[in-house]
Amino acid sequence: MSDRELRVSKIRNGTVVDHITAGQALNVLAILGIDADSGETVSVGMRVPSDRLGSKDIVKVEGRELSQDEVDVLSLIAPAATINIVREFDVVEKHRVERPEEVVGVLSCPNRHCITTEDEPVQSRFDVLDDGIRCTYCDTIVRDSIAEQIDVA
Amino acid sequence: MRHDHIISAKQLSRADIEAVLDRAAEVAADPESFADRHENALLGLCFFEPSTRTKMSFTAAIKRLGGDVVDMGTVESSSVKKGESLADTVRVVEGYADALVLRHPSEGSAQMASEFVDVPLINAGDGAGQHPTQTLLDLYTIRESAGFDDLTVGIMGDLKYGRTVHSLAHALTNFDADQHFISPESLQLPRSVRYDLHEEGASIREHTELEPVLPELDVLYVTRIQAERFPDESEYRAVAGEYQIDAETLEAARDDLTVMHPLPRVDEIAHEIDDTDYAHYFQQAHNGVPVRMALLDLLLGGDE
Ligand SMILES: [Zn+2]
Repeated sequence: MSDRELRVSKIRNGTVVDHITAGQALNVLAILGIDADSGETVSVGMRVPSDRLGSKDIVKVEGRELSQDEVDVLSLIAPAATINIVREFDVVEKHRVERPEEVVGVLSCPNRHCITTEDEPVQSRFDVLDDGIRCTYCDTIVRDSIAEQIDVA
Repeated sequence: MRHDHIISAKQLSRADIEAVLDRAAEVAADPESFADRHENALLGLCFFEPSTRTKMSFTAAIKRLGGDVVDMGTVESSSVKKGESLADTVRVVEGYADALVLRHPSEGSAQMASEFVDVPLINAGDGAGQHPTQTLLDLYTIRESAGFDDLTVGIMGDLKYGRTVHSLAHALTNFDADQHFISPESLQLPRSVRYDLHEEGASIREHTELEPVLPELDVLYVTRIQAERFPDESEYRAVAGEYQIDAETLEAARDDLTVMHPLPRVDEIAHEIDDTDYAHYFQQAHNGVPVRMALLDLLLGGDE
């Protein structure tokens, strides 16, 4: 094990999200709904030197495996991320994130006149474009500020 | 038609559009033969914001097909006021009617509502989003007066919030049409409409003045610029006058220019134009009935 990997402590069971675009770790936590009150054991490494990316962030969450919806949204802000599922200290599954065709839930539409922002029994839904996402309901396109649309409610 | 719901002009192919317009032409030529076509059919009107004309023209259309309306009335007098969701409202009204017409102030409302009902749902305007039946009657008017071949269309006014503009611009990508967009900088086409037009490979140009492009146009589609879109009155005054047309403006236009407006107008088109051959906006409004009759006929199974 290299010195670098030790900067963030090992976990027993859970998920390691590695190769996160530098600076996006806190947004990844937001996507996972993790904050100071959520009671989960989490380690975060920021601006860790990386052979592949130069510099990267890394998030380790104890006792939690991610849903596909969470991984889909994560891929939009950290397209190079790898998801490592850890059981009994061993990585049992490892895969890169893939950009999905659409993301459901997790993000909220920035258009305040959009029906999905009202009290209706409907989840937000975005088509994924080459350079952004687009609300399936109101057509609003989000390009630069996807992380700001993370629905932490 | 392949569609159960009419939500957006984007879903309409050239074949769909022509099917509706051809049927509308049949209706216009011989309204009598459609008079009892849909006896007993009930159209559910769900208008969450006032729109007297759209509502009247749908009412006229279904009645001329032999059917009738059930109307949830104004929002002030309905259960909506008590906090009922849109999803619940349309699920209830679906039980009373063979098709629904929805007008709602929120963008995407028609798309969402259509996911909760099985009867055909027609979007009659969702916020600044889409208004596809207006587009169909606009296209009918264009086909009657200018044809669809080698067409040059100018669309002028509030292009940012004008849902009729968004629907029309997209629908025109199905045809051999050059589109010119004329507006103040602050009211140019929104990003999502640009994206669609770009994806469709549409031929578009944007201008802040009508003058240079006017002589090329077959059709000039004028929309209203609303004072409330501007941060202050003086800013509105500064631009509004530039986008009003009168007889003098049109001296530079072709003799066969078709001037359209989705109405109501305020002062975008001077009344002196009304009696000229340029004026097609009242005919455009009248076309709403045969076009909506045709659409309802197709959605309610007019070929069966
Ligand atoms: Zn939206």
